[in-house]
Amino acid sequence: MGKTIAEKILSNHSGRDAKAGDIVIADLDFMIGQDGTSGVAIDSFRKMNAKKVADPSKIAIIIDHSSPSPNEGVSAIHKKIREFTKEQGIKLYDIGCGVCHQLTPEQGHVVPGNLVIGADSHTCTYGAINVFSTGIGSTDLAAGMISGKLWFKVPETMKVVYKGKLPKGIYSKDLILNLIGKIGADGATYLALELYGEALDEMSVDARFTISNMAIECGAKVGLMAADKKVLDWVAKHSNKKPNPQTADKDATYKQVVEIDVTKLEPQIAKPHQVDNTCGVSEVAGTPIQQGLIGTCTNGRLEDFQIAAKILKGKKVNKDCRLIVAPASKDIMMEMIKDGTYQSLIESGAVAVTPGCGPCVGTHNGVPSDGENVISTANRNFLGRMGNRNAFIYLGSPATVAASVIEGKIADPRKYL
Amino acid sequence: MKGKAWKFGNNIDTDLIIPARYLNTSDPDELAKYAMLDADPEWVDKMKKGDFIVAGENFGCGSSREHAPIALKAAGVSAVIAKSFARIFYRNAINIGLPIMESPEAAEEIKEGDEVEVDITSGTIKDLTTGQTYKAQPFPKFMQKIIDQGGLINYLKATLKTA
Repeated sequence: MGKTIAEKILSNHSGRDAKAGDIVIADLDFMIGQDGTSGVAIDSFRKMNAKKVADPSKIAIIIDHSSPSPNEGVSAIHKKIREFTKEQGIKLYDIGCGVCHQLTPEQGHVVPGNLVIGADSHTCTYGAINVFSTGIGSTDLAAGMISGKLWFKVPETMKVVYKGKLPKGIYSKDLILNLIGKIGADGATYLALELYGEALDEMSVDARFTISNMAIECGAKVGLMAADKKVLDWVAKHSNKKPNPQTADKDATYKQVVEIDVTKLEPQIAKPHQVDNTCGVSEVAGTPIQQGLIGTCTNGRLEDFQIAAKILKGKKVNKDCRLIVAPASKDIMMEMIKDGTYQSLIESGAVAVTPGCGPCVGTHNGVPSDGENVISTANRNFLGRMGNRNAFIYLGSPATVAASVIEGKIADPRKYL
Repeated sequence: MKGKAWKFGNNIDTDLIIPARYLNTSDPDELAKYAMLDADPEWVDKMKKGDFIVAGENFGCGSSREHAPIALKAAGVSAVIAKSFARIFYRNAINIGLPIMESPEAAEEIKEGDEVEVDITSGTIKDLTTGQTYKAQPFPKFMQKIIDQGGLINYLKATLKTA
């Protein structure tokens, strides 16, 4: 019987013929932690009486969730991480380097066919480059660091096919929001996604990361895509590791197949306070907005800022509104500076913060006030997510956020294109 | 284990269980002060050690933060009974030794304030207020071994010793 991409990658790493439902112990190619979760992972590592990690070259810890530190408690955690990485010879990405899910592929740590874990739920991002990568907790990360292995239940797979060419003003963010709205916040719990379609083939690898990044928002373990020429070229540019791309067999078994016609979509919005609470932008257009956020591991890449800058060019952020931009990495920030995107956004009234997660996860750098509405390119709009349980978060594409901050209310970006 | 039931809805995410702004420590007792804060800011003061959380579908969705089950355990939650659990929370809870029980019927029928008695080993949930008994989904064998050891840390310590 044929195999899915998930079954193939888990078979290759466990040395057995793994099928959905099997529990396997598999060799890890890479693992990451961030400053929100690594403190507990280091505690667990010590409690397990471990002295040395199995292979320091397969681990990176990234300080991104509160970067630079907003308070003493976080500073103590950062210090603990710096000491641990030094002691173990582990690669540390300190404040200002960027968000873990940009850095891990961008800095060449993972390539197609790899098996990767991360103590962060959005580790599923690298599925866009054919990596089986999934979020786990701190104690699992500690176990992985010590042994170089982890146990997995081989997931069943849901196949998603995006049909047709993308209309103008519709982006990868709209495609994934639409899917999550359709199948629900637990629509793919315990499942792997395999995503296909003309719309995906035509978009850049950076745009594809947005889709895989949000696989967890419908409960999926990973959001896998095939490694086409675009992926292999992208990977060759960022890594000297050897890719081992995996494709699904024609007779692979899928739990469910979902088809989405992209040609009829309008820009999508996730309304407060759940990501699956989606609608077309027309339903909420005109809702007053006090803050916009463009950035995060979902939509903080060069292309995202270029789209926003183009819409904002020659215009200003509305006087009753603020716009925060947070590039996903230092390299992206440097590219933005080089091509004028950074200056252009600042001229329009945007406020740029350190590459990192702060505003999205509510640790600092843009906590909204009571009763305020925020429109954001992030992946979550949970109650309290941005640091205040009395604020309201709407999610949309960078284009939708750019159009909305011009008007000071939720707006359809297509009239600006 | 006996205690009072506290009801929560569907899709209780880990930001509601412990907001990221309180992840500035890994001390369980400190984290416990903020357990369920954004779901119900007064809950920590109302609940008593030994009480149960009874919730709907997809409990613990969202972030991978292990602080979520750690905070609930340290607050004194005996077990979380839910219609279903999100994948990462499920695994984290087992790894750190917070009992979780999947039973759609119990999660539906138990009412806030009901006295609940639970036997983890047999997976039996008793609503003492109504007299109803429920059976939770059994764990896969491999996971049961981790649960029996009280979590992954003890399990690995024990495995390393016998290896």
